[in-house]
Amino acid sequence: MSLQIKPILVALRRHKAGTLLIALQIALTLAIVCNALFIIHQRLANLSQRSGVDEADVFVITNQWAVDKSTQQIDAQVQADMAALRQLPSVRDAAPASGYPLAGVGSDNFVTLTPDQVKPTTDSAVYVGDEHLLDTLGLRLIAGRNFRSDEVLMTGTQQAVFPPVVIVSKTLADRLFPGGSALGKSFYAMSATPTTIIGIVDSLHRQGTSQWNKPYAGQSLIWPGRPDDSRGIYYIVRAKPGQLAAAMREAPKALFAQERMRIIDPKDGLLDYAQIRKRAYDSDRGMAILMGIISAVLLAITAAGIVGLTSFWVGQRRKQIGVRRALGATRNNILHYSLTENLLIGLGGVMVGAVLAIGINLWMVTRFEMDRMSLVYVGVGILALLLLGQGAVFAPALRASRVSPVEATRSV
Amino acid sequence: MFGYYLQLGLRSLRRNPALTALMVMAIGFGVAASMITYSVFRAVSGNPIPDKSAQLFTPQVDSWGPQQNEKGEPPEALNYVDAMALMRAHQAKRQTLLYPLLMSVMPGGDRDLPLAANGYAVDSDFFPMFDVPFQYGGGWSAQDDQARGAEVVISGQLNQKLFGGVDSVGHMVNLNGHDYRVVGVTRHWNPKPRFFDLFSTGGFKDASDFYMPFSRALDLKARTGGRNSCRGSLTFTGWEDYLQSNCVWITLWVELDSAADAAHYRRFLESYAADQQRAGRFAWAPNVRLRDVMQWLDHEHVVPPESRISLLVALGFFLICLINTIGLLLAKFLRRAGEIGVRRALGASRREIYTQYLIEAATVGLAGGVLGLLLTAFGVAGVGVLFPPQIAKLAQLDLSLVGLTLLVAVIATVLAAFYPAWRAAHVQPAWQLKSS
Repeated sequence: MSLQIKPILVALRRHKAGTLLIALQIALTLAIVCNALFIIHQRLANLSQRSGVDEADVFVITNQWAVDKSTQQIDAQVQADMAALRQLPSVRDAAPASGYPLAGVGSDNFVTLTPDQVKPTTDSAVYVGDEHLLDTLGLRLIAGRNFRSDEVLMTGTQQAVFPPVVIVSKTLADRLFPGGSALGKSFYAMSATPTTIIGIVDSLHRQGTSQWNKPYAGQSLIWPGRPDDSRGIYYIVRAKPGQLAAAMREAPKALFAQERMRIIDPKDGLLDYAQIRKRAYDSDRGMAILMGIISAVLLAITAAGIVGLTSFWVGQRRKQIGVRRALGATRNNILHYSLTENLLIGLGGVMVGAVLAIGINLWMVTRFEMDRMSLVYVGVGILALLLLGQGAVFAPALRASRVSPVEATRSV
Repeated sequence: MFGYYLQLGLRSLRRNPALTALMVMAIGFGVAASMITYSVFRAVSGNPIPDKSAQLFTPQVDSWGPQQNEKGEPPEALNYVDAMALMRAHQAKRQTLLYPLLMSVMPGGDRDLPLAANGYAVDSDFFPMFDVPFQYGGGWSAQDDQARGAEVVISGQLNQKLFGGVDSVGHMVNLNGHDYRVVGVTRHWNPKPRFFDLFSTGGFKDASDFYMPFSRALDLKARTGGRNSCRGSLTFTGWEDYLQSNCVWITLWVELDSAADAAHYRRFLESYAADQQRAGRFAWAPNVRLRDVMQWLDHEHVVPPESRISLLVALGFFLICLINTIGLLLAKFLRRAGEIGVRRALGASRREIYTQYLIEAATVGLAGGVLGLLLTAFGVAGVGVLFPPQIAKLAQLDLSLVGLTLLVAVIATVLAAFYPAWRAAHVQPAWQLKSS
């Protein structure tokens, strides 16, 4: 077979345009498909990120206060609301909170290890909630203890309240104090006074899912407090297993029975975690779907293009093939000729394509803050395109191999 | 002649249905992918206020310093102290401070449950600066700003909900338990992207329900319904402390008619920052920005990366489809080399061969365009899977997009056909006649 390479190259020189077009198409397809696969894989990785929450049973009520009230009035209302929610038969536990994982937006503070440090060490998402928050979200405490109710402070609007104790996610603990020694240590999160780690939870996703949050992924802290903000509050509710729907029906009714002057938006005031996750990762899923469709159609079109052009070549070369057959070439020789020819063009294409693929990725790294693509994608892409080429060329090649030697004698 | 070539072209396309279908599909998919992603890109990258975008500027002052600012850039909004100082200096023809408000509105007595209402605290210049269109009444006056009055401008939509759409100027509206006198009702107004509040919105939100005087919102101690960003250690224990903190949450817009005015304002910002440095408030050299609307949209990355990436990928996809089409047209045209030879021998000029094959390609392009149009209509409807609803609903299949789809399909296919047609026109008649 190796003997055939030279004559193939010579023959291809007579089909410069077609050869170039196929090679170019393969190159561009490789470049785009590699990057598309990479984007798909990255976006799907986002989709499967753990929130740390018992997502099957938890839902969130976004409660807006309809009338301006004092912090004390709001605090009393929050406590009454909590009592009402927690006694519902379908509810396991409930907690007031300043935010919830995967909310999309929420508060975060810079973290320093000393009070006079100007440049922050890192950044942490900040949740303020009471001693029920851990159980309500279903977070797993892996070290230390939960808050005691006497540690929970009233946190009013525009009040920078910094409790002396904090529960952090394992990711934040490890970031600040590598080596698993974080429990009992203190840090500063935009506070003049230190806050001491009394508990560590296994995992707790940030509220934010944007690009900005990426370097700080999984770094969260919880401060004990009732966030009595004048604008509103989040109530996080954990239903008893299998009673999510019932709890979601009963909870707003119970709240309105307590006090009518509140707003629970009909559109997004009441969300379970399936909806929250969908909102948070909608564009990731969409992007993966779009890239998937484009890759599939692209591969199909490239394959069809190869079939089309090769068929044309076979048609053009019937006479030459007939002559070769008459001179003793077997059907297999002819078949291999076409396959090898396609392989050579494909190899040329994927070499250019690999360079292009990496170039595009590097450009996207600088332009869109994407990550560097692993070369595995290029490898997989090369293999896929070479196989695609061989598959596409097989049918026309088979037809070529069936050209009868008699063709040689026709119309010359 | 055109009609005849069109007939020939159609006949030739019918001769190889598989090849034709392949080309039409390649063009159709390629152009549809490009148009769907372009429809979104067009919506998010547009100029929201074309007549005035070069006269409206948002000043930024670095109040955080080189160690805490955003990679050398000043914060994206102002703290209260700087905002008020710049406002008092009044160095622009028109100027407004603004921040978003989240309030409740009672739809008439105790009849219903309260509704959420999104609005802005703004100064009186806001309305003429941004060309806000009014249905009834108008904005309030500069005197009202000073008097810290309880005026409100409401949207046509809220007016519909509260007053059934009649002229409600002079009526009272209850927001968060306080009464306000309606002075104006806007027509539908929701510039996209919402250039004046990128700090809090990212650019795409439902239209606002109300606007109230900035001074009034401060008197109410109404906390921002949008973003708030602080540095260092936070020590405030109430509203007054908060106002003196380094937290940024207020946006300032100024209207400057000429380049000279803009240069003057920039110098003023520099000198303001220098004064703060001299006074010991800033421990760093002046670091200020004065961006106009389009520069601000660009700086705030209003176009989502998804939109750019998907547009680029779609264009790449279209390019591949076109290369594919070149190859297939080449095969198709050259297969008829014999026929071309005969025609040339019978006196057809190269030009005529050229025309004939380009027309044939144009029919392929047109068919591809029609397929592309169907796919585009389908895709624009389904663009919600890719973008959040606020952005997805901006993508629309309007007349210009329909025209563009067909035009791009035909022109691109004809361009792709140039080389194959050139090859066809250069077929040597003698060779062809001899070998057939």
